[in-house]
Formats: sequence, structure tokens, C-alpha cells
Amino acid sequence: MTDTQAGGDVRLSGISKNYGSFQAVHPLDLTVPQGSFFALLGASGCGKTTTLRMIAGLEDPTTGTVFLGDRDVTGLPPYKRPVNTVFQSYALFPHLTIYENVAFGLRRRGIKSVKKQVGEMLDLVELGDFAQRKPHQLSGGQQQRVAVARALINHPQVLLLDEPLGALDLKLRRQMQLELKRIQTEVGITFVHVTHDQEEAMTMADTVAVMNGGRVEQLGAPAELYENPHTTFVANFLGTSNLIEAEVVSTSAGKVVVSAADATLRLPADRCATAPTTGGKILVGVRPEKISLLHADEAAQITDGRNRLTGTITASSFIGVSTQFVIDSPVCPDLEVYVQNIERDVRLVPGARVVLHWNPEHTFGLDAAQDIDAGVETVGESAS
Amino acid sequence: MRWLRRNIVVFAGLLTLAYLILPNIVVMVFSFNNPAGKFNYSWQEFSTEAWQDPCGVADMCGSLVLSLQIAFFATIGATVLGAMIAFALVRYRFKARGAINSLIFLPMAMPEVVMAASLLTLFLNLGAQLGFWTILIAHTMFCLSFVVVAVKARVLSMDPRLEEAARDLYAGPVQTFLRVTLPIAAPGIAAGAMLAFALSFDDFIITNFNSGSTVTFPMFVWGSAQRGTPVQINVIGTAMFIIAVLIVVVAQLISSRRKHSAQSK
Amino acid sequence: MTATATAAPAAEPGVVHKRSLRRKLVPYWLLLPGILWLVVFFALPLVYQASTSVQTGSLEEGFKVTWHFQTYWDALTEYWPHFVRSVLYAGTATVLCLLLGYPLAYLIAFKAGRWRNLLLVLVIAPFFTSFLIRTLAWKTILSDSGPVVDVLDTVGFLDITNLLGMTDGSRVLATPLAVVTGLTYNFLPFMILPLYTSLERMDSRLHEAAGDLYAKPSTTFRKVTLPLSMPGVVSGTLLTFIPASGDYINAELLGSTDTKMVGNVIQSQFLRVLDYPTAAALSFILMAVVLIVVTIYIRRAGTEDLV
Repeated sequence: MTDTQAGGDVRLSGISKNYGSFQAVHPLDLTVPQGSFFALLGASGCGKTTTLRMIAGLEDPTTGTVFLGDRDVTGLPPYKRPVNTVFQSYALFPHLTIYENVAFGLRRRGIKSVKKQVGEMLDLVELGDFAQRKPHQLSGGQQQRVAVARALINHPQVLLLDEPLGALDLKLRRQMQLELKRIQTEVGITFVHVTHDQEEAMTMADTVAVMNGGRVEQLGAPAELYENPHTTFVANFLGTSNLIEAEVVSTSAGKVVVSAADATLRLPADRCATAPTTGGKILVGVRPEKISLLHADEAAQITDGRNRLTGTITASSFIGVSTQFVIDSPVCPDLEVYVQNIERDVRLVPGARVVLHWNPEHTFGLDAAQDIDAGVETVGESAS
Repeated sequence: MRWLRRNIVVFAGLLTLAYLILPNIVVMVFSFNNPAGKFNYSWQEFSTEAWQDPCGVADMCGSLVLSLQIAFFATIGATVLGAMIAFALVRYRFKARGAINSLIFLPMAMPEVVMAASLLTLFLNLGAQLGFWTILIAHTMFCLSFVVVAVKARVLSMDPRLEEAARDLYAGPVQTFLRVTLPIAAPGIAAGAMLAFALSFDDFIITNFNSGSTVTFPMFVWGSAQRGTPVQINVIGTAMFIIAVLIVVVAQLISSRRKHSAQSK
Repeated sequence: MTATATAAPAAEPGVVHKRSLRRKLVPYWLLLPGILWLVVFFALPLVYQASTSVQTGSLEEGFKVTWHFQTYWDALTEYWPHFVRSVLYAGTATVLCLLLGYPLAYLIAFKAGRWRNLLLVLVIAPFFTSFLIRTLAWKTILSDSGPVVDVLDTVGFLDITNLLGMTDGSRVLATPLAVVTGLTYNFLPFMILPLYTSLERMDSRLHEAAGDLYAKPSTTFRKVTLPLSMPGVVSGTLLTFIPASGDYINAELLGSTDTKMVGNVIQSQFLRVLDYPTAAALSFILMAVVLIVVTIYIRRAGTEDLV
């Protein structure tokens, strides 16, 4: 099998794609290690699907080279590449049965006896009883599994997944995320997964590349990206971040001290994406769930050495596991704070004066010379 | 009275339907007539004579066979050429798209008599022998655009990812076309072909100009309107009507049963 | 697989280029035969006809191009009543088709329920009988002192059409009314089907929404249904008017010498009188008239995407 061969990485070298004068993908170097679950994450139009299609061979790159292992496949048409795709909305052949859909790739490669393989593959995705049905007789989740089976049966070196769960409802999507992860672990094939859903990318992938405007903004393990975003786009697109514009007061012994309005905040120098210079600007970020919230009357309880801010609650919404507060503070008019639903303080209602505090270690710093709202999901843009 | 007003659309619609169907009923009834003179326009007495001898009129069945032959070949020609154009229009980018679209649209936006007359000037200038071949050429020409429209609609509604999926699954261009594109576009191609067949079979004006002394079935009916209309014309008309309706009904039944059995599986 | 990753990139661009060039040629190969057919047997004949229309000569001596544009003028002065009749009859038939066809299309789209398919079959079914045979049936239906004409006479319908100059006395056959009746009948399905398609596409909840927003049924029709069905109205009108304006079968079978349309003239000039230049000129004028009418109509109705 090709998939067990050493050096089966997917390597993109200087690859780019232009449509007329529009540059969909800027020259890009990317290596997807063999056997990994790799996610390309970004909003629609960020170039992630184009990148995927260039790996599949469905799109010719304007410049650059695609390597599968050591082999240059840039000039190969899709039907000669050991790569298969699970398409968005599946693209199951409506005129063929499930059985024939799954057998399609094997038959095209001239394999005569496909019965055993197709049967096994349908069992793997738990659709053995549906072999003789047509795609339109299956539910969305079942169609999705057929699409996976149809691609996997060919034992591709790389499986490409283009928004494979986009058409499913939330509950089914969760279920299929785990299912796909299980299959990937079982077969050990490299998965390259394109999605706009940050939660999906983080749940499933070993490595996530966040794309924006045809470029990879940051690449890393999900936790690494989440805890240590390097750009405002990543900070905002992956979860929610409170970003505060601040001035650097001093840098010493790995600690950076900054001031914003009436507050003084500290953060570790090694969590700054840009080298802070005294007197310069910096964006200070902290995740909403890292922040603790206290009514102003109890401000004295807060131990020294924690970052603290004051403010007024402007909105709160109770969502079961937690309560989400929006706080108007002198440093930022809409700080978000998520409070675990353990013991609820009934005084924390809109209008109440509060103190926010958190461990300085949980603070990160970003270059101030970028759009502070980049990557924030706005109404209407949020894809389901 | 209020009931009447609320259902006025239904009455108006049914009246229109009656207007549409009335001539077919007349044709059917008069296929059992035994006319007094040469023309079958007024009712005399019931007779099944024409039904017992449908080909009893000189040259009529020959013209019918000729019309079927021409319709058959014109359908094949127009469908192949038209489907190719439709695929190119939907699936590819190329220059002069606007001009090609106009060239396809214009034959449908032009009175038939203009096409008929101009084609005749071409044939006269080339010194072509009018007959079977000129009719076939003409029919293929004017059916082509209709096939393009029918096939284009179907291919447009087809997800381009299906073809990409086929290529991704090791099907080369030819395999992709044969195994995926063609089967999925088949209903559109069939619709276009049926339309072409009907248009060609029933065409009179273009045939009238370009047939020379060759007589298709519509030409035969036209001639008989001058010389005398045999009852057998009504027999053929009625038979065609019944056969076509039967085909439609059977096709409907099959498709609905297939849908039904598929759901209950 | 060989491990020479460094050597590969250099060879690349050429391969991509060759492949994309071949792919670029595919549409032209697909288009070529059909387009060639249309160019040779549709466009080229129009050129030949244009040249014929400015020729002079006779059958015996042959025709020559003499740029004799006088033919157009002569044709117009001699046959203008036929042009007027063509536009008038085809226009009337089109309006009648719209008035008759709309209720039926509406009925099928919204009110037919499980009868929808049957009604659609009944609309298309007449096509299955050769239309010449069906047109001849109108000779029977409209025959003098037949039941239809009797009823029309008794209810005073013929008095009105007499006033309009569409009938003469208590006869219908061989009058303009007969020709218009035949034209309307023949092209009615071409009106109903596009209307039905555009109505059927409409979300029936729009009616409920309009009703919910205080629109009476008649207002709902005027403000919601009709505007949304305009694409169907436009293409139905064109599909009716264009063939009707060039038709000569109805005028020949159901009319008299006083109801001849321009199609009849072209047909007889070409096939009987063999005066090719006049016939070609007439045909060109008809084409121009139709194209102008259609262009203005499309501009005003605003539906560009008809095909």
C-alpha cells in the first residue's frame, strides 16, 4: 500500500493561484506530514479550497510545485494522482447505487473483483445494508459516509476533505467529527481537511493552518494556536479574544509591563508575537474564560500580582454551563468574560460595578499595527 | 354567486382547455365519418371503414413513412450537434460566446417562413436537388437550437463537482463523460430529442419550401386540403394522438411506480 | 518512486502548458460541427437571400445582382396591407393567447393539485396530432350555420365582430375572425407552457404572505403574482407572436383572399410566381419587422435572458 510508504508527506512549494488579476492563493510553502490530520481553516474566499483543489489536481497552480512524498505531481491530472477527495455536499453520482458509487474508483483502475472490498468499506462506514439504494434515498449523514467510503476505498496517499460536514446539522456534525477522527486513526492515511468551522478544525486536526486572504496566517497544534495566536485574525477567528490597545511601560526579566487607560497590565515577554519596545504600542489579549469576575465590593479579595481591570456589566446571557458577560471598561468598551456556572453571584447583573482579574501568564501580546477586529465574525457572514 | 367568483380562474382555465382539446375531439369523431363528397368537413353517418383500411389512400402511408424517416435522422443529427454545443456552452470558457449564443437564439426568434425562404435561395443558388436531403438538412438546422436549450438547462442544473469527483476517482476525460456526464444529462438530451422529433415530424412551412416534389405527411395533408380530405387523415391523426398519450401515461406510471418501490425499500 | 525531489520542478511548466492548451481547444471542437451547420444553413442563406433581393432578371435569363433596391419599395407599396394584417392578426392572437392562457397556466400551477400532471398532458396532447389536421378541424367547427356559429350569432357575438370588421354577416369561416381563431389555437400551448413554468417556480407561500399583509386576492395578483410571472409572459408572447406573424397556414386554410398575410405572399411569390427578388425582399422586411418588434419588446419588458 502506498499509504505505509516512508516519506509520504504532502509538500507544497511556492504554490500560488491567480484568477486573472485576483490572487486567490499567495505563494505558499506547506508540508503536511504523512499520517497526520491536517486542517486548513479560514473564512470563505480565503484560498483554502483552492489550495486543496491544487493538491487534488482539479486546479492548476499558477506557480509552484506539489509533491507527494518525493514525487512531483504538479503536472498530473486528478485521475492520475494517488489522492482522493470528499467533496463539499458529497457529489455522489445520483444515477448510481451506493455500491456502484463506492466501486467507481476501483473499476476505473481496472480492478475486476470489487465485491469484497466494497463490502468491507461499506461495513467500515456502517452502511452495509444500503448498498443497493440510490444516493437521494439516504440521509445527509449517510451520504457523507458514502462519500468518505468512495474515496477511502482507493487507499489514497492523501484524503482531501472539502467542508465535508458543512451540510449537516450541529448534532450530526459533532458525531461525524468523532467518526472521521476514528476512521483516520484506523486507516492511518493523511487527511487534509478544509473547513470554516474553527471548532471542527480544533476537535479533529493534529495541525491547523489558519488561512486569510490567500495566505497562511499561522500554523500549529490547535492548543498552541488558541493559547498563542500570532495575529489579531487568529486571535479573533479561533474563539474569542479580548484585545486591548496598550502602551509598553517597561520590559525586563522576561516581563512586559504595559498601561492602558487607568490600568497597568503585565504579560510574559515570550508570549509576545512582536518584540515590545518601551514607549511603543502593543495589543494585549486575553481569552474570556481566563478572566475571573468579582463584584466591586469584593475587590479586596484579589491577590497581588494578577492583572486587574474595572468596569460595568452592560449585558449578560446565561447559557447553561456558563454565563457570558459584556463589560464596559475604560480600556475597552466591550470586554467579554465567561464565568463557569458554579456558584452564581446574583449581584452580577447589568449595571453592576465589577472587577476583572486574571493570571498575567494567560496574557498574550500582538503587534498593534494590525486591524484589531480582523477575523471577528460579523452577522450575516457566519456560515452555518 | 360568491362560489362562482372564487372559482372563476378554474372556469376560465377549463374553458381554455376545452378550446385546446375541441379540435382533437372533432378529428377523432370525424375519423368515423362517411363523408358524402371529397371533403370530410360535415357529418354524414357513422362508419369504421377508414379505420379498417388506414392506408387505403394513395401515397398517404408512404408520406407518413417518409416523415418518420426524416424525423428520425433529423433528431439524431440535431441531438448530437445540439448536445455538443450545450456541453461546450455550459462547461467551457471560450471566445465569441455572445455571437454563438445569438446564432443559436436567432433561428428560434425568426418566423419560419423567413428561414424557409432563405434556405431555398441557398439551395437554388447551389443548384441543389430539392428532396429528402434538403428536407433533412433544413430540419436538422431548425431543431438544433431547441435541443441546445433543452440540454443546456439540464447540464446547467448539474453539479460540476460530479465530474470533478469522477476525475478524482481515476476516470479520465472520456470515462468521465461516458460514466457520469452523459448519464446525468440523459433526461435533458431525451427531452431535446423528443422535441426535435415532434418539430421535424410536424413541420410544414420549411418543408413546403425545400421539399421539391417530395411529399411528407404534413405536405400530404396540405395537398389534400386542396384536392379533398380523405377520412384516413383523421384516422392517422387520432392514432398518433392515442399512441402518444399512451406513451406518456405509461411513462408516468413507470416512473411513479419506480419512485414508489424505491421509497418502500 | 525515485528520490530526486530537486530535479523535478524544472521540467514542470511545459507539461502544464501543453495540457491546458489541449483543454482550451476542447470547446471549439465541440462547437464546430453544430455552429458550422447553423452558419451554412441558417446564416449563409440569409446572405444569399439578401443578395437575391437586390437582383433583377427573369427565370429564363437568370438573375443578376444589380443593387435594385427599388424591389423593396415596390414590394412594400404593393403588399403593405398584408404586412398590416400579419402584425394585426398575430398581435390579436398573441393578446388572446395571453388572456386565455393565463387562467389555465394559473389553474395548473396553483389549483390543480393531483390533477396537475393530467392537465399538463392535456395541454401538450394536441401537439401529438399533426397541426394541419387540427387546423382543418376548425373548418368543421366554424362551418356556416354549424352549432358554434349559431350560438355566437344568437348571443350577439358576431354583431360585435361585424362592427370590428372581423366577420361579415353570420359567417365566420373565411373571415379574419377564423384566421385569428386558428392562430390563437395553434400557438396557445407556446403561451401556456412558459407561463406555467414561471408560475410554478413561484413559492405559494408568497400568496399567503401577501394575504397576511392585508392584500386582497386581486391586489395579490396585481402586486405579486403578475410581476413575478413576467418572464413567462415575455417569452410566451414572443413564442406566440413570432411564429404567428410569419404563418400562412391558418390564413390559407381558414381565411379567404381578403385575409392573406405576408407569409402567404412570400410563399406564392417563391413557389408559384417564382419572382425570387420580390419574395426575398418581402421575407427580409418581415424579418426586420419581427426583430425590431421583438427587440423593443424585450427592452421594455426587461427580460434579456430568454434562452
